[in-house]
Parts: sequence; C-alpha cells; structure tokens
Amino acid sequence: MSSIAKKKGFGASLWDYLTTVDHKKIAILYLAAGGLFFVIGGIEAMLIRIQLAKPDNDFVSAGLFNEIITMHGTTMIFLAAMPLLFAFMNAVMPLQIGARDVAFPFLNALGFWLFLFGGLFLNLSWFMGGAPDAGWTSYASLSLASEGHGVDFYALGLQVSGAGTYIAGINFLVTIINMRAPGMTYMRMPLFTWTTFVASALILFAFPPLTVGLFFLIFDRMFGGNFFDHTMGGNTIIWEHLFWIFGHPEVYILILPAFGIFSEIFSLFSRKRLFGYSSMVFATVLIGFLGFMVWAHHMFTVGLGPTANAIFSVATMAIAVPTGMKIFNWLLTIWGGSIKVTVPMLYALGFIPSFVAGGVTGIMQAAAPLDYQLHDSYFIVAHFHYVIVGGVVLAILAAVHLYWPLMFNQMLSEKLGKWTFWFFFIGFHCTFFIQHFLGLMGMPRRVFTFGADQGWDTFNLISSLGAILMAIGVIILVVNVIITIVKNEKVGNDPWGDGRTLEWAIPQPIPFYNFKQTPLVRGLDTFWIEKQEGNKEGMTYAEPLSDIHMPNGSIIPLVMSFGLFVASFGALYNGEKDWAIPVLVLGLAITFASMAIRSIKDDHGFHVHKEDILKNEGGNK
Amino acid sequence: MSHDAHVYSKSQTEYEYTRRVRREAMRGQVTTFAIMIFLTLIAFSAVAAGFSEYFIVPILLLLAAIQVVLQLYYFMHMSEKNHGMAAFFLYSGAILGFTLFLTFLTIVWWN
Repeated sequence: MSSIAKKKGFGASLWDYLTTVDHKKIAILYLAAGGLFFVIGGIEAMLIRIQLAKPDNDFVSAGLFNEIITMHGTTMIFLAAMPLLFAFMNAVMPLQIGARDVAFPFLNALGFWLFLFGGLFLNLSWFMGGAPDAGWTSYASLSLASEGHGVDFYALGLQVSGAGTYIAGINFLVTIINMRAPGMTYMRMPLFTWTTFVASALILFAFPPLTVGLFFLIFDRMFGGNFFDHTMGGNTIIWEHLFWIFGHPEVYILILPAFGIFSEIFSLFSRKRLFGYSSMVFATVLIGFLGFMVWAHHMFTVGLGPTANAIFSVATMAIAVPTGMKIFNWLLTIWGGSIKVTVPMLYALGFIPSFVAGGVTGIMQAAAPLDYQLHDSYFIVAHFHYVIVGGVVLAILAAVHLYWPLMFNQMLSEKLGKWTFWFFFIGFHCTFFIQHFLGLMGMPRRVFTFGADQGWDTFNLISSLGAILMAIGVIILVVNVIITIVKNEKVGNDPWGDGRTLEWAIPQPIPFYNFKQTPLVRGLDTFWIEKQEGNKEGMTYAEPLSDIHMPNGSIIPLVMSFGLFVASFGALYNGEKDWAIPVLVLGLAITFASMAIRSIKDDHGFHVHKEDILKNEGGNK
Repeated sequence: MSHDAHVYSKSQTEYEYTRRVRREAMRGQVTTFAIMIFLTLIAFSAVAAGFSEYFIVPILLLLAAIQVVLQLYYFMHMSEKNHGMAAFFLYSGAILGFTLFLTFLTIVWWN
C-alpha cells in the first residue's frame, strides 16, 4: 500500500507486516486473522449441523459436541465478528475523518497482536487436552465443575484478546475525538465513523466487567479462589451478572458498526443523502446508553423477582424505538433514490427484513412471562442468529465487497458476489427460520442429539441443508477473493462511481500518509460536495503542502503480546506442573521488559519531506 | 498538520493577559486546597468526636463526593474549556457504575 511502490521480497514484506503501525496494514491483518477464525467457526457450525441432521446421530460424542458449540460461539463473537469489524474500522474510519493514522499507531498494532495471540491460545485447546465445554457464556457453577483445562483456555485466551479489544476501542475513541480534519464537526461525521465512536465507547465501559469476571474465574479455577463457590461464601450469580453486563453491550458493539456500514451503503447506492442523519446519530447514541440498562433480560429465569424482571423488560422493549427509527430512515433513504443494486446493496436490502425478523423475536423474549417458555430453547438460537447473522455477518460480507477496492485497489467480481449473496441469504433463512418452530415445539438448545420419536427430524434436516447452502456461499466468496487477487486489476479511486465520503476521494493506491495535505471538510458527504462543484482533485485542502510527521514501525507490540501468551501457559498449568510458575514469570518478564524498552527508548518517528511527497504523488487516479 | 518551524513572540498585552489568567488559576487552586484541608479536618474530627455511625457515614460519603468534584474541577482542570467530551464520558461512567452498584445491591446481595 505504500506510495513508494518498490517490489519487495517475501521476507521483507513479512517483516513489514509484523512491525507495521500503519492503520491500513493493520486493517489487512485484522481482515486476514478474522477471516481465518470465521472459517474455523464456520467449520464448527457445520459439524454441529451434521450432528443434528438426523435423530440419534453419533457423528460426534456428547462431550465433543459441547466443546464444538462452545468454541463456535466464542470464536464467532470474539475472534471473527469483532476483528472483522475492527478491520473495516481501521481501514475506513481514519480516512473518513481526514486523519493520517489513528491516534496511537503503536497501540493499534498492540491491540491486533494481543487479539491474535489470545485467539491462538484459545484454539490451541483443541490440541492440548480438549476445548472449553461450558458454553460461550461459561456460567460459573458449570464452568467450575468442568474437568480438564478447557475452561482455563477460555478464561486466559479471552483475557488476552479482550485486552487487545479494549486497547483498540480506546484508540478509536481518541482518534475520533482528536484527529478530525478541520471542518469535520461531530455532526458532519459519516455514520460509519459515528457508529465506530459509539461502539468504542461501549467497549470502554463493557469490557472491564468481563475482565473482572474472567479474573474471578481464573482465580477460582487456577489459584484456589472462591468467588463463585457458594459453599465458601461466594455467589455463582455474580458471574452471570458480570458476563451479561459485558455481554449485552457486546451485541451492540457488533451491531452498531454493522448499522454504520449499511447506512453508508444505502446512501451510496441510492445516490441520496442519508435520510434523517441527525436522528440516526441520536438513535445510535441512545442505543448505546440503553444497551447498558438491559443485561438482566438474559437472566429472567434466574429468579431476580418480578420487580427486577419488569424493569428490565420495559427497558428492553424501549430499545426497539431507536432501532425502529433507524429502519425507517434507511427505507426513506432508498425511497425515491436512484438505486443501483450492486452486491453491497443486495446485502443491505437483504439485511432489513432479516434484521427486523430478529428484532421482533427479541421483543417477544423481552416479555418476561413469555421468556419463561422460550428460554434455552431453539427459539433463542434462531433469534440471536437472526440478529447476528442477519445483521452483523451480512454487514461484514457487504463491507468486504464495498471496501475491497479501498483496501486493495481491486474489485471483487460482482457476478460471483451475487452468487455468494443468494446462496448465503437463502441458506441463512433456511437454517434459522425453521429453528423458531423447533424451539416452539420444545427442542432445547445445546442438546447433542434428539430422539426419532420427538417429531423434530424433518425440521432439523432442513436446517442442516440450509447450513450447506451458507457454506457454499462462503466458498464462492473465497474463490472470488483468490481470483481477484490473482487477476490484480487496478481500479483506482471511487470505483463505485458515487462515493460520498472522504475515503473515496483519496488517490489509489493510498499513500501511507493518507493525505498529502489535510483536507478541509465543508459539509456532510464531503467528497460528494466537491464532485458537485466540479473539483477534479476531490478535496479542498486546509493547509499548504509541508513535511509530514509519521511514526516508525516496531516489533515491540508483537513481543509484548507474545509474553502474555507464554505467561498464559504458566497460569494454565499452575499447581500441576513444576515449570508452571517459572513460565508464568518468564512470560510476564518478556511483556514488562518490552514495555520498559518502549518507555525508555525514545522513538520520535520520521518526517516525509515535501519534495518526496511531490515526487510520489499520483497513483493511478 | 504543518510542522514548519514558526517563531512567535508575544505582545505586551498578551503577556499581561496570560499572567493575569495564571494568577487567577493559582488563586483558585490555593483556595480549593484550603477548602479540601478544611473538609478533611471536619471528617477526622467527626470520627474522633465519636458521633453515631448513622450520622458519620453519610457525612463522610458526602464530604468524599465534594472532594472528588473539587479535585476533578480544580486540580485536574475540568473547569477549563474543551473538557466537554471528557466530562461526558466521566459522567456516563459514573452513572453506569452507580446503576450497576444499585442493581447488585437490590437484586443480588439483598436476596
């Protein structure tokens, strides 16, 4: 992506990516790692559906099935959906606000490597005595009773990758608050930047409860603590509260950026300003706030009492109001627009009915008395897959097609993209719609098999067939990506022809300093305004051409994260192996030593000189 | 942002203005410091005087809250301009923390 287009050897490119602090390259790292975990989680999903395709199946054992469902949920939420969204936040958000990088490029790299090492650690459990098997929620009484090291891998792996997520969230917040280009007021920020902002704020407040909960779990399981053991004066319910105080905002951390991506797509391909921009911003912030006030709706059947259930019921239903505002705003954006049905637009159009269906079942579950019937049944499974696949995954797939030209200066095939969409979309509804009825017929979630006399065979088979369609869709996408990379046809900037926001105005390939001069933002849809006024450059500049200060790359983030990875093994085998404590100490020593080096060694970055900028200018605009 | 070197010298009026602003800030800090010492004295003497616990605990909590606010606004400069976003996040966090504490108090520990 560097503007100084030199052909580099494989080793040099690898070193470049290992040490990069450039938000565009970190975005590619997030995309690759998140994509890998998405495929792993998808394979686990296929195993689940194969096992449930027919009654009394013995494709996997009951114990292995528990491990698969736990790892499917954990991988998809923490290691696939969030990193993939971070990929687009990293790639797009700094460009949308006219910044040269995020506020803390070093921390950006650190966040990525922490996430990757945490994810690797979690997945190593498959090869080291068994994966976690207490469900992705890992409720304390069950997870404390779980034998082997599975749940230890869960607690330590999520702790490390969670630290990475937290760092990324803070970084985005500071970037958006401090690094907007002149004229980019809050109410001129594109919706994807706004949703990144609110999602990052949610990360800021939601991850500490998870960290606390995970530390309690780590101490209870590995270091003789008793936070959740009621026989020793602990309280098992506290885990559920801590988990859901994090877990509910977490679903908004996922869905809000998805909303942002769809907002961009609707206005781009309807070739209209987003309808009700300010109400969209208001709704986003309101969802952010309400998201923290509803966690106990996951716990209606715990026995919190009618008063608590009623309060959380009403609060939950209230969230439908701002979400409904968004749906109507999107519909009114399309209304009367000059619509171009490209692949991203197809996903966006498919998203509205799918997500509304997931939202409606959400409102049903918000009614506490009804939730007593639906709780822990396949109805719940159907509901959250409708919001997460129908919302978040569709957004991620849409964004892969939409932002591929921005990130790689190539265009994914529209034709194959449409095949992916139809296979995935039909497969998705086929898999999960029928699960509502399985739930109403009484099929509990997380069961590894069912009897032939229970009347659930046909519906489960249909569900499994749908999963195959989804898999075919994803395979076509992978083929599409490979073909596009091999062909390597450059498309230049604004390949969709109707780009509205700043990221499309930058010449391709994007120089590593993004903007040779900081742009001046004169309104919402900055690039659109410039195009309407016939500005060939696509930007008005806020400053004369001058030297640019850029940060140096560094290997320290990788080493720092590696230290925690090593330390996790020490903690895992504490009290069991002799080498546990020395390894724990060694790992922490690596981390603290690299922190010390980072603090003591001055690194002032470097300047790109005016003359070089002029020489490198161009790209193939 | 441009990184060309600029040499900039203050005019006499600007110089006097900065001096005045700084003097006022200093006076504010010293006053606050005195108030905080005084509040601490009250707290200590309330405990030493041996009043009923139901009187002392609320008073201590109230004094502590005032101390936090003084600390934030005078020593950590929240009273100055351009701290709106920081204040927004601070209050959001405080409200959330309070809500969580309240729910734990009412539906976990009292049951």
